[in-house]
Amino acid sequence: MPNIDRRIVFILVALAVIIPMLLSVNLPVSVSEPTQKFYDYVEALPAGSTIMVAFDYGPSSLAELNPMAKALLKQCFDSDIRVIGITLVVDAPTLASALIQEVAAEKGAVEGEDYVFLGFRPGAVQVILGMGTDIASVYDTDYNGTAIGEIPMMQNITNYDQIDLLVDFASSDTVESWIIYANVQYNQQIAAGVTGVIIAQMFPYLQTGQLVGLLSGILGAAEYENLVGAPAKGMKWINVESFVHLLIVGLVIIGNITYFIHRTREE
Amino acid sequence: MKRQVPLVLCFVFGIVMIFTQFSPHSFSQWTYQEVISWALIIGPFALVLATVTLIQTHTARIRRRTEHWQYSFVVFAGLIIMVLIGIFLKPQNPMFEWLYNNVQLPMDATMFSLLAFFIASAAYRAFRARTFEASLLLITALIVMMGNVPIGDLLSNDTASKARQWILDNPNLSARRGIILGVSLGVISQSIRIILGIERSYLGGGD
Repeated sequence: MPNIDRRIVFILVALAVIIPMLLSVNLPVSVSEPTQKFYDYVEALPAGSTIMVAFDYGPSSLAELNPMAKALLKQCFDSDIRVIGITLVVDAPTLASALIQEVAAEKGAVEGEDYVFLGFRPGAVQVILGMGTDIASVYDTDYNGTAIGEIPMMQNITNYDQIDLLVDFASSDTVESWIIYANVQYNQQIAAGVTGVIIAQMFPYLQTGQLVGLLSGILGAAEYENLVGAPAKGMKWINVESFVHLLIVGLVIIGNITYFIHRTREE
Repeated sequence: MKRQVPLVLCFVFGIVMIFTQFSPHSFSQWTYQEVISWALIIGPFALVLATVTLIQTHTARIRRRTEHWQYSFVVFAGLIIMVLIGIFLKPQNPMFEWLYNNVQLPMDATMFSLLAFFIASAAYRAFRARTFEASLLLITALIVMMGNVPIGDLLSNDTASKARQWILDNPNLSARRGIILGVSLGVISQSIRIILGIERSYLGGGD
């Protein structure tokens, strides 16, 4: 039996994306344990706590990671938790800054008091280690050029000792760098939200407690939006992804059936 | 001399940084912080090196008229425009943000999105249960894929996500831990070799 032309496969994938988007399919999303742990940890933080959010992803992973980052920021601003945004990725500052400002505007958060975005500094490991002793030694100004000493919410924050949780939204191995250099070295509590591609390598750290919670790709984003009570793009895209996964599973099954028929005929 | 100096520096800083991890003495901690500050200053040089390498590579492509050499001009145009706007107008400038949001962002997202099409096609063509191991991999992949989306739970009465979680928590975790331990032991032994000057390939050239 001949193979299906790859162009037909491409059209089927396109249809599996477009049709559920147009029909606004809404499948129920249950919450996994790692996501629930993440949410519970943030919920347990008292008002006035500080979370450092590392936006360690570029535009290619924006679709997966922006929805979960947005849901977390909404939860933080609703709970009066202060947010320090940073990034170890060179092409992330513009998207991270825009995202924080968008959520802050929606929730009425004030720059410098409820949140600050410090931007990017080169040398990931050195940045992580440097902030362990003094954040101002790495970031002397925020993303807009305001001196750290002039930012009200940074007055009592020197290093990780004043950061209650570090959240890394990542599309590469930065989570492991944060664990090795911030958690092991400075005992910084860390949670992560990562792309589906690298989720498998995060589970050992979740079991050891080096990650207090974990969000897994677009599914994690949908679960978190569900918990925060703010369904948005994560919920929309997980429904679309459902049909693409179903299509790929179907294609694999068809491919194997044709393979076995072909092999039986040859024998 | 060209090789001895880096070897001595590597040995001295390697040993000093190891000792700072075991000594809470103020001098030890001061040394540690000072070296981290130096490393932060050295960090940006990697960006300069990357930029120089990029320019050298694409200049050579244009000079030799290799295949698709014309696209190297696009690389230079992108590099020069973004660097100039970034340096003189700052990345917060609306022009920089416009170029980022309307050029870089859609291009990056498009490149990544294409993967979905190629993965679907490749999965159909190559994912065959030819052997026992391949069948095991195939079944595991299908379970994880279905457990990763809500439709899997809907079709299997919540079994798919539970099975996916079991796979990630048990066989996956065990295998990953083995890999992490192996890699860590390798890193330790390689670090010792570099500090002691046994491993010198990082210096470049022959031994």
